[in-house]
Amino acid sequence: MAGDGVKLSKNLLRMKFMQRGLDAETKKQLEEDERRIISDEHWYLDLPELCTKETLLVEEESFVPCEDLQFGRISFKGFNPEVEKLMTLLNPKDEDEEEMDVSRMQTDVTDEEMALRYESLVGSMKKKFAKKRERAAMDQNDINHGMDPEKKRTFLKPQD
Amino acid sequence: MSTTGMFAVLKEKVGQVLVPGDEFCFDAEDTISLSESAKPERAVCGPGLRRTGDRLVVMKSGVLRHKAPLTFWIESQQKRYVATKGETVIGIVTARGGDVFRVDFGGSELASLSYLAFEGATKRNRPNVQVGDLVFAQFLIANKTWSLSWCASTVSLGLVRRLLAPKSDIRSDLEQLFPCELVVGMNGRVWVRASSVQQTLIVANLLQSCDTMTTQQRQQLFRKVQQGAL
Repeated sequence: MAGDGVKLSKNLLRMKFMQRGLDAETKKQLEEDERRIISDEHWYLDLPELCTKETLLVEEESFVPCEDLQFGRISFKGFNPEVEKLMTLLNPKDEDEEEMDVSRMQTDVTDEEMALRYESLVGSMKKKFAKKRERAAMDQNDINHGMDPEKKRTFLKPQD
Repeated sequence: MSTTGMFAVLKEKVGQVLVPGDEFCFDAEDTISLSESAKPERAVCGPGLRRTGDRLVVMKSGVLRHKAPLTFWIESQQKRYVATKGETVIGIVTARGGDVFRVDFGGSELASLSYLAFEGATKRNRPNVQVGDLVFAQFLIANKTWSLSWCASTVSLGLVRRLLAPKSDIRSDLEQLFPCELVVGMNGRVWVRASSVQQTLIVANLLQSCDTMTTQQRQQLFRKVQQGAL
């Protein structure tokens, strides 16, 4: 039990049950003191001048980006086709090579062909799952836009 | 910004021999104010150069090289390889323990290569790699990441860079020889495979001997080999 002569420690005074009796002023004081102590303990760099001199200089340890070195696996004369594929994928591209890559796809299906094929495919799939009435409506539209209704429709083979 | 200041001085020195202790100071013009709307060019100081405080210092003796826009480095000869993040090297598996292989790549320490870093490996499906096998892998911090396969002679680091340079003469000479494949590690190790043991040995020997040759000497040697004289 604290008499008038006994001084209470700061920690004790900081405890919740002791704060209930205090008024707002003293509470604020205590809080500020605490905050000051805490921020004093934080470490910070005292170097304002360096910040202004920051150019965007990056330190690079490796020769690879400096000399544009190629991928480490190499195959000659088709000895290892997988490695040759990796070489085309992973090597930094030459500027002259880049333009040729995109247009040259003679054996594969080009993008335009794919797009055309998809267009017709989407239409026919949609028809397949449409209800009878919708299908009739679709056919009506087609006939109106499309060819001569008199002409007999024969099977058209897709041009592959 | 590059017409004056430190970078201009550096550009002038490209192709000259520099020694450790040479310094370049950042000038007032080199600073980039954050209010500028112009796109700042990214400056890169490569191997052999280091930035300390407000100076750029040369750490190795060699020739100063430059690549647009603002990349500078020192080109020097080295035998000893230092592990560098992102580089691919050839290593020898020396031990298996826990979940990693210990791999020797010629550096001061062994590197760790996790079992899971292999293609198609899972905890149940361990990679089929034994002690003594060769791996080709890339550095991630001081650990290796993916690795591919498995033989090697050692060459100088300078030859490695010449083999991997974008339009390499040595590579085009090799291409004329016979079908073969190479794996080149930045640590100076090269692995060769050709269709016969003899051809493999020929290529390996050629690489080792042409390191110190001039272009003409090398092409002469390659021609002799093609004609089957060796």
